[in-house]
Amino acid sequence: MSSLYSDLITSDRAEALKYELTEEERAEIIAEIGHYENPRAASIEALKIVQKRQGWVPDEAIPAVAEVLGIPASDVEGVATFYSQIFRQPVGRHIIRLCDSMVCFINGYETLRGKIKSELGIDVGQTTSDDRFTLIPVVCLGNCDKSPAMMVDDDTYSNLSPDNLMSVLEAYK
Amino acid sequence: MSLITPVTSGLTSLGTCNSMPRAPETHPLTWRLNDDASPIFLDEYRSKNGYEGARRALTELTPDQVAAEVKEAGIKGRGGAGFPAGVKWSLTMKGEGIPRGYLLCNADEMEPNTYKDRMLMEQQPHLLIEGMIIAAYANNSYRGYIFLRGEYVHAAANLRYAVEEARAAGLLGKDIFGTGFDFDLFVHTGAGRYICGEETALINSLEGKRANPRAKPPFPGQSGAWGKPTVVNNVETLCNVPAVMANGIEWFHGLCREGSEDHGTKLMGFTGKVRNPGLWELPFGITAREVLEDYAGGMRDGLKLKAFQPGGAGTDFLPASNIDIQMCSNGFGAIRSRMGTALALAMDETCSIVSVIRNIEEFMAHESCGWCTPCRDGLPWSVKLLRAIEAGEGRPGDIELLEEIVHNAGPGNTFCALAPGAISPLGSAIRYFRDEFEAGIRSSSVQASPAAAHPSLGTA
Repeated sequence: MSSLYSDLITSDRAEALKYELTEEERAEIIAEIGHYENPRAASIEALKIVQKRQGWVPDEAIPAVAEVLGIPASDVEGVATFYSQIFRQPVGRHIIRLCDSMVCFINGYETLRGKIKSELGIDVGQTTSDDRFTLIPVVCLGNCDKSPAMMVDDDTYSNLSPDNLMSVLEAYK
Repeated sequence: MSLITPVTSGLTSLGTCNSMPRAPETHPLTWRLNDDASPIFLDEYRSKNGYEGARRALTELTPDQVAAEVKEAGIKGRGGAGFPAGVKWSLTMKGEGIPRGYLLCNADEMEPNTYKDRMLMEQQPHLLIEGMIIAAYANNSYRGYIFLRGEYVHAAANLRYAVEEARAAGLLGKDIFGTGFDFDLFVHTGAGRYICGEETALINSLEGKRANPRAKPPFPGQSGAWGKPTVVNNVETLCNVPAVMANGIEWFHGLCREGSEDHGTKLMGFTGKVRNPGLWELPFGITAREVLEDYAGGMRDGLKLKAFQPGGAGTDFLPASNIDIQMCSNGFGAIRSRMGTALALAMDETCSIVSVIRNIEEFMAHESCGWCTPCRDGLPWSVKLLRAIEAGEGRPGDIELLEEIVHNAGPGNTFCALAPGAISPLGSAIRYFRDEFEAGIRSSSVQASPAAAHPSLGTA
């Protein structure tokens, strides 16, 4: 654990914050460090590596990442809270990124959002009670000639309509 | 050979660029594309004259000659700002005692209504790599990074595969073309945030920091990533370089229409309420009407063009009467506007200007990095006022207040161009469609109180 972080917390708290990176995670992060001029530059990639395990980055993981990178935990926290695709709360098994930028907006975004709300019971920023889906907003997906668009996990979908939206989501269990 | 599996089918970018008539002499960015959008990897790229531009640049020209040719060709930045690439390159610090620096490709395509770099990277990764080799040579960069947005997973796979191919073929690494020039390249994926597309914010993000823009000077060409000379160019800009090296300046100057001060071709688009939205490689100087009518098939049945935005969320709302404008920087300069990315959005009479601009300002307010007050506070304030006007709850004075925000968040008051770009469409919307804003003002004699509407002062 980084000294800066451990100085600020009691030993009980330190115990609660204990978080072990797996050997694979550590190795992946160290490999990323090799692509840059210094370890700090791998901080975003390191957080993405950690996020793969549970789908989000818990507080306890921050000092563990900081230790591998050799930078203060506060700096890792600063990065982890800045970028929108690093999740700091539990999310569902599947992430729905529904594009809300202007082209999708005029092509029916609000109708699609309403459909998700009525069918799945979640609005932007919420997770279904069965932890199946989390709906998050996303910067324009760059698919505007086939709008409205969304991503589910790593898959991109085009030309959505209230009629085909749910059959797309149905495939994600 | 590779651990990376490229994505060869089902690419999102399959579109009108794959079906439009095109030829090597007139369509340097798209002539190699396959009709089914299957990506062009090394063997195919080489069989289609690939890497000949890089070979000529590295084996026949000095770095300064390459920069001079790009300057004379007049390749302007294709990311929206239009700064001449050759001028940028000629300002990069290089020479005795100056460390070799970095070439960064801005592939963080997040401008709303922009989907051009996705196509180039998914389908023609080697075109970008070739452009980067030439740019690195001209700028004495020893390492390059493609800063790619995290959501472009297919582009990431195909770029990484192509980089491995190029490395294995000796096109990246040590002693490229036997010239003694070394350059290596990495794909770096981001984790969201529109502000990463600002070049100094991009540098901070690459260094693993929060993506706040930096004060300039020093400019990246003097001191950028890790304190070394750094050049940041957009994907499409770099993709224009190989053909200029291979075919020459005169050829490049012959591509645009008469009256255009921008040279070459541009990936242009039309989306929104048009019949056939798409992306096409077209000559600079073509009119917006031709793109709309001849390529996008005009407006959808029964709809009438009311307004269009020529190139992304950060460009002005223009009334339909401007549709004969030439798509080039001087065309828009003549009406004191900007072309931006040249991927246009068409709005019809059923689109509420106030609602669309509210959507844009919500986006911009959310994506502000929070560093400068006019941006951090001004943009959410505009959203609050716009929501009220949209609901018919605006108060007398609100439009004037919005105009004040347009002024205060405009050029010169912030570190970077996010706020000026964010607020310029609002200014144009009020200028050309003021009646739609006035319709949302409650008829009341109560004067607006700025404090009451301010998100951090009034009732939030």
